[in-house]
Amino acid sequence: MTDATFPPAAEAEARPVRFRGGGFRPSSPRWVGALVFVVLIAFLEWGTRAGFISNLTMPRPSDVFATLVDLARSGMLWTHLVPSLTRLLVGGAIGAFVGIAVGVMIGLFSVVRAGLVPLVAALFPIPKIALLPLFVIWFGIDEASKYALIAFGTFTPTVVATYGAVDNVDRTLIRMGQSFSLSWSTIVLRIVLPGAMPGILSGLRVSLAIAIILLVAAEMLGAEYGIGAYILQAGSLYDLERLFAGVAILSLLGVLMSGTIGVIEKRLLGWRA
Amino acid sequence: MDLRLESISHRYDDVEVLRDISLDIPAGRIVCIVGPSGCGKSTLLRFIGGLERPTEGQVVQIGAPPADSINPLTYVFQDFALLPWRSVEGNISLILSDHGIRGRKAESIIADVLARTKLSEFRKAWPRQLSGGMKQRVAIARALAVNPAVLLMDEPLSALDSQTRELLMDDLIALWTRQPFTAVYVTHNLAEAVRLGHRIVVLSRRPGAVNEIVEIDMPLADRDLANPELDAKQKHLWHLMRAEAEAADKELVHD
Repeated sequence: MTDATFPPAAEAEARPVRFRGGGFRPSSPRWVGALVFVVLIAFLEWGTRAGFISNLTMPRPSDVFATLVDLARSGMLWTHLVPSLTRLLVGGAIGAFVGIAVGVMIGLFSVVRAGLVPLVAALFPIPKIALLPLFVIWFGIDEASKYALIAFGTFTPTVVATYGAVDNVDRTLIRMGQSFSLSWSTIVLRIVLPGAMPGILSGLRVSLAIAIILLVAAEMLGAEYGIGAYILQAGSLYDLERLFAGVAILSLLGVLMSGTIGVIEKRLLGWRA
Repeated sequence: MDLRLESISHRYDDVEVLRDISLDIPAGRIVCIVGPSGCGKSTLLRFIGGLERPTEGQVVQIGAPPADSINPLTYVFQDFALLPWRSVEGNISLILSDHGIRGRKAESIIADVLARTKLSEFRKAWPRQLSGGMKQRVAIARALAVNPAVLLMDEPLSALDSQTRELLMDDLIALWTRQPFTAVYVTHNLAEAVRLGHRIVVLSRRPGAVNEIVEIDMPLADRDLANPELDAKQKHLWHLMRAEAEAADKELVHD
């Protein structure tokens, strides 16, 4: 006597089991992204040339490109780009650095957490651009007020991302550090910080995009040179070619920034692979 | 160096976890702690190594640890606790360099422990590239690198599949036979306990208290899978624990 109790399925029809898995795993082949840009620009170019998109509603992409080339030739590109990049780098670096430092402190010390989390929550939703007049009074009309604005705007999202990332560091790794009697500073520098790095970097992506937005806003409110000032001038003259040239520079800046963080992620987070 | 647990009791808020546990951990022996899930055996292990403090009672060291012991009480964790951003040797060198051991001396220690755990070819590998069994061997190598007076192992084989567990158990026995070490080994697996333990402490379910202490005198190297004496011991342990485990299984979790 065996355990088998089911009668053999003798004459029943045999058919393959229907496949129901797969999907839900988007990948991103590089060329598709580029293709979307090319198709969109080609469509606009064709539309403006064929005439069913009026020159008043949309500038011709080739004209925008020509404007960009002119801008580069005349040297005005650098006159606008250099102050903008300086503001972005100085302001963004201050904001990100202080943000990471404060975020780590919130993640490590109860008193700091209890004191600063509500404060950060109160500061986060303030539209920072509304504070520009205040910053002008505090730091003067020059560069310092723009640095402060950009730094402040980058600071809050960086803090939130950083302490969230520190909270998510695997506690068993910290216990491990303690069980080997590692010093406090080694635990923070070699266990907590690397563990929080993925979260910090993805937070930086958001904060630096915010930094670009604030840069333009600050330059629109008061700057002689800078991409924001350039766009504002073009906009008030309804010079769409120059307006789009300025916007294209900003887009490129954003892509470049995101690419830079991508490179940093590859180098620092190679262990994730 | 011996360890002695002096009437340790512990409670979280109003839940009593451990009750009046006294125990001797003699040098050169492996003490296994078994018990139904939730009986506080892992908590007890954290008390022994000073990672947590009991509400009452204390753990005392008797005698000084050997002079060359860098970290006398060293843990091996169930989930390995390897830093994923450091290579195999990086995980070991971090600990050594924090204790002031760098360069040639660190180099020779790392080479030695990797050889003892059969990991020499995997020095540069990342933890993510290793199987569970290899990860635990790295964790064991890291623990050996600090030359512990007592190894505190918290279910070190529980995250592994049964074949890997068998292999690693053999490795542990080989390591001990070559150079006996003191260990406290927490497990819920009775087969592991009778293979590795010189002394097996059976805890009752919560609040955990010492139910019985079983001594096994047979040398570790002679204990194979089909040994009738070990089988009898294992049956005896299961007999002690069965009702407790059943009752523990039906308890609600208070966390």
